[in-house]
Amino acid sequence: MPGVEGFMYPNETALHWSVLIVLYPFITGLVAGAFILASLERVFRVEDVKPTYRLALLTALSFLLVAPLPLQLHLGHPERSYEMYFTPHSSSAMAMFGFVYLWYLMAVLVTEIWLDYRRDIVLMSESSKGVKHWMYWLMTLGSNNISERSLAIDERVGWIVTLVGIPSAFLLHGYVGFIFGSVKANPWWSSPLMPVVFILSAMVSGIAAVMLLYMLAMRLRREAIDMHCVDTVARYLFYIFIVAFGLEMLDLIHRIYEADESFRSLNFMVHTKLYFSHIVIQIVLGTLTPILLLALTQVWKFSAITRKRIYTVAGCLTLIGIFAMRWNVVIGGQLFSKSFLGYTTYKMGLATREGLLVAIALTVLPLVILWVLVKVLPPWPERSQGPSAAITPVI
Amino acid sequence: MNLSRRHFLILLPAAAVAWQAVLAGSPEASPNYKMSEHWWGMLIDIPKCIGCGNCVRACQAENDVPDGYFRTWVERYHVSDGNLSNPEVISPDGGKEGFSPAKEDEGKYFFVPKLCNQCADSPCTQVCPVGATFTSPDGVVLVDQTYCMGCAYCVQACPYGCRYIHPTKKVVDKCTLCYHRITKGLTTACCEACPTGARQLADLKNPKDPIHEFLKTHSVQVLKPQMATGAKAFYYDLDGSVR
Repeated sequence: MPGVEGFMYPNETALHWSVLIVLYPFITGLVAGAFILASLERVFRVEDVKPTYRLALLTALSFLLVAPLPLQLHLGHPERSYEMYFTPHSSSAMAMFGFVYLWYLMAVLVTEIWLDYRRDIVLMSESSKGVKHWMYWLMTLGSNNISERSLAIDERVGWIVTLVGIPSAFLLHGYVGFIFGSVKANPWWSSPLMPVVFILSAMVSGIAAVMLLYMLAMRLRREAIDMHCVDTVARYLFYIFIVAFGLEMLDLIHRIYEADESFRSLNFMVHTKLYFSHIVIQIVLGTLTPILLLALTQVWKFSAITRKRIYTVAGCLTLIGIFAMRWNVVIGGQLFSKSFLGYTTYKMGLATREGLLVAIALTVLPLVILWVLVKVLPPWPERSQGPSAAITPVI
Repeated sequence: MNLSRRHFLILLPAAAVAWQAVLAGSPEASPNYKMSEHWWGMLIDIPKCIGCGNCVRACQAENDVPDGYFRTWVERYHVSDGNLSNPEVISPDGGKEGFSPAKEDEGKYFFVPKLCNQCADSPCTQVCPVGATFTSPDGVVLVDQTYCMGCAYCVQACPYGCRYIHPTKKVVDKCTLCYHRITKGLTTACCEACPTGARQLADLKNPKDPIHEFLKTHSVQVLKPQMATGAKAFYYDLDGSVR
């Protein structure tokens, strides 16, 4: 059979989880990471990262809205997916997806964004006309009181929501890791470290994404980048990256040293079919290089323009590396036979339902949603505060 | 079919055993079938398998299995010089059309029929997000295809590679142990088609089933025992090289 080496069980030759399932953990990772960056300011009072706070929340929301789409497109019968809400199978890790997703979307992210923007929404509903007025009026949910006391309550409740949000973000992505880590039939996935590795890599990708988006947004708006903010974000990225990489290496060393029955097969795969995506892209280009670049900025004092360039390159490589990590987990875990005697090949379609074009569209879609969200709910201080100067708050 | 008296006499004992298994393991007719009185599994006698592929063909015909997918299949192992960790395994088209003659060289050749192990603690049932895959009270792992949403999580969770996504129905499909037959007092299509009695349906709750005597007097093994799935496909004379 073309693309097959050695012996595969006859039903194994075609992969069942495609590039769309690679996108799913990549997207939810960006959500969790962006939210955790936002929580640095809100809960841990890291004031330096404040300029990215609202952008991080909107980024998390944009990606979270898209997160179920790759799953829906992958299902053989997407019209039956509602059954996961009505008749969830309690022993299934995947059955919890709907509940974890809804909890995170509605109880955490939307609530926090609404509380944070409520004052601005009320002011914008009063200053705008026509459709815009009605849109913002609807978004107030009838809560028009923006007195100091009311805003203080918003702040307090928002803090609590963020506090609840941090373990929720860990739950969202840790649970995605558990979906893979709990499959005992697959030695490439089966590891108790998988949820932790997923959470840390999620933080890395989310922080890198928000850092890049912030710098891009500032450039598009022709505004100065708050270097103090970006330096702090990059420092956190560096620290978390080291811990994430350390854990991945621990997993790798453990596998090599233990060398169980699957080792020979997995070792062969890493040196052949996964060599480029795992060794070259994920480890060398997507992990070691950005860690080295970020380390340079910690050791030497570069000019602002050099640091910006380094952060841009490191951020882009980080995202590529984390995507490669998801690819290697999802696709890599299906390239070898559970008999450990053979290997297959993943052939990605181009314009098929689970093909490359759909994957690209699903990657771009959150950025389009973010663009709309930024227009509707500007995360920049001067625009969000703009109307307040002209309008007297309703007390 | 040309069957000499000599071959007839050779096959007669195997046919007798197979027939006895059918009779002993047969539940009552479907209307009176009580699920709580049965606990189904299968006995696979490796030395008896001749790799003819009858079972694969019978299964495909009985269950309308699409080409290129398998509810059951046969593998041929070639183990040389006790090299258990690196056997040469083939299963061309699931062994449906049998196997080309083996080369006369060192080592041993044997056939291993595979099918759903009807695990008592099945990982596929555990992971199904909507419960479309379930274990019946009589111990058969089944799929409600009107409920399955085709996520393929169960396909990933099966350690034995026994599940596939049906190419046209877009839902998961697998061996049902011919549930439509065994609840009517018949044996499975693969057992019925096996000319040597290498596959024998076993009712572990039926005290008259010969499986009990067999298990008492023979050394049997399940595939991948380290997976702790409670597999009920028992293999007699299973070589250590088999995965």
